[in-house]
Amino acid sequence: MIKYVIKRILSMIVILWCAGLVIFTITYLVPGDPASLLLGKEASAETIAQKRIVMGLDKSYLQQLGTYMFNTFLRLDFGTSWVFSSPVIDELLIRLPRTLIVGLSAMVLNVVIGTLLGIFAGTHEGKWQDSAVMIIAMVFISAPDFFVALLLILLFSLKLQILPAYGIDSWKCYILPIISSSLGGIAINARQARSSMLEVIRADFVTTARSKGQREGVIVRKHMLPNAMMPIITGVGGGLATVIAGSPVIESVFSIPGIGAYLLSGVNQHDYPVVRACVIFFALFASIAILLMDLCYAFLDPRIKAQYSKGKKVG
Amino acid sequence: MANEKKSYRTNPFADFIRRMTKSFSAKLGVILFVVIVLFCLIGPFFSPYGVNDVDLLNMYAGPSANHILGCDALGRDMCTRLMYGGRYSLALGIAASVFGAFVGVVIGSIGGYFGGITETLIMRLMDVWSALPGTLLCILISSAMGNGFFPTVIALTVGGVPGTVRMIRGQILTERSKEYIEAAQSINCSSLVIMFKHLLPNVIQPIIVTTTMGIGSTMIMAASLSYIGLGIQPPSPEWGAMLSDGRSYIRTNPHLLLVPGIAIALTVFAINLMGDGIRDALDPKLRD
Repeated sequence: MIKYVIKRILSMIVILWCAGLVIFTITYLVPGDPASLLLGKEASAETIAQKRIVMGLDKSYLQQLGTYMFNTFLRLDFGTSWVFSSPVIDELLIRLPRTLIVGLSAMVLNVVIGTLLGIFAGTHEGKWQDSAVMIIAMVFISAPDFFVALLLILLFSLKLQILPAYGIDSWKCYILPIISSSLGGIAINARQARSSMLEVIRADFVTTARSKGQREGVIVRKHMLPNAMMPIITGVGGGLATVIAGSPVIESVFSIPGIGAYLLSGVNQHDYPVVRACVIFFALFASIAILLMDLCYAFLDPRIKAQYSKGKKVG
Repeated sequence: MANEKKSYRTNPFADFIRRMTKSFSAKLGVILFVVIVLFCLIGPFFSPYGVNDVDLLNMYAGPSANHILGCDALGRDMCTRLMYGGRYSLALGIAASVFGAFVGVVIGSIGGYFGGITETLIMRLMDVWSALPGTLLCILISSAMGNGFFPTVIALTVGGVPGTVRMIRGQILTERSKEYIEAAQSINCSSLVIMFKHLLPNVIQPIIVTTTMGIGSTMIMAASLSYIGLGIQPPSPEWGAMLSDGRSYIRTNPHLLLVPGIAIALTVFAINLMGDGIRDALDPKLRD
């Protein structure tokens, strides 16, 4: 097991490193000179040239890339915002909890409600409960999350006036963002859970359990669920990555000053240190999610466990 | 002999159509999708209004007999704008996912067929490519390439490529050791012919399903891009752009927001139903 964990963590580091490489290259290739964009049209050529030296833009691509990778991954220094001249990491740490509150709570809702709905639909296959759950799931998969968010604002903030539409002043402000970023994931998880339930529902061991006179609840919990769990876990990890990556849009709908909104402001103002740092953070979330998912997988699936306890390598 | 053959072999396409028509939701999806496409393509010819006809007397007008879906902040007919916008949205969704599938299939086939160092290189490149979540990559590429139709198609394409490459390579791995490939190689078929004539038809089914489903999620992504100020921007009547235009009027004129939003949701709904139907019709496990 430990070998497996170490291997996974090493590959995570490589992936983060690659993310750094990709994001630096993309921001480097953006047309337009950040220094002159920052100083405005009135700035003289001399000031711009000076600014370029301060920002390190006068060096070659490889030199800039080297400095960036060294600072980011060895000194954990994400640089200074070009627009606000403040260290990016400070701002990130202030914003991090807001994005995490929304992301993690949405993911918990995804897993719990999605899986339960999927099991419910799966065990009622072909009946109206199944169709109802699946139709609702299909609707929420099809509706863009920011549109659902706007509808929720329309209903709960403007018509009923029970929840705030934007800001982070109280805990109530987080309710709508969490709901709107989880609905799509709930729907996807429900479909996934249903189809993996259906794969085991006709298995021989279920018939055996039933013929022993086992109660239906116990059959679902003890016999079906453990066997149906694998694809569901895959969905969970992917779900966290999606929720986190979707945060720029949701945060811009609800005016939450989180990391997603920071990324967007960086993109719009050509503030590349901010963009790069936010992207590294997002990639970190995504790879932690995938790591946890793989660990659960290995933990739950005796086949993977067995391979490692024998010292064999998984391809 | 010919008769005997007939009794064993059915036309796979007719088979596919028969299974599609058996499912109610697949039929509903196809019909809905065709109606929406016709609405966007032919609709404008029947509309009495132009897409950019400003009518200051009808600013913010709600739905009425003259303007079925009302008018926007400049008095432009929402129904007409919806038709023109649908052309953008559908074209974006279809172009980006088909283009993405094409790029993915080409790269994946090369990697899967040749194996060895080529395959390792391609797969490692895909790991780097997918180091960032697709949504983020899309936002970044779109901001780097600027607004407009083609930059947006590229941005929407990029995120989906690694997934297709992995899938097609996985499929090819199971196929490439089979006898018919060996047979083709032994009669001296070129690599290109084997890859695209013999191998591809046997591995293309899951790609068709994911590409169809991909159109829906690509349309949502395109709308999200427009909403956060990237991708296609107002005054172009792309649905996401119309939605982001309408959000300022959420308090006073919610129909400016509801009309394009429901249009997106309905179209994606139709595409997803269709994709589900195609998947069930192609899935050998469910064959009767």
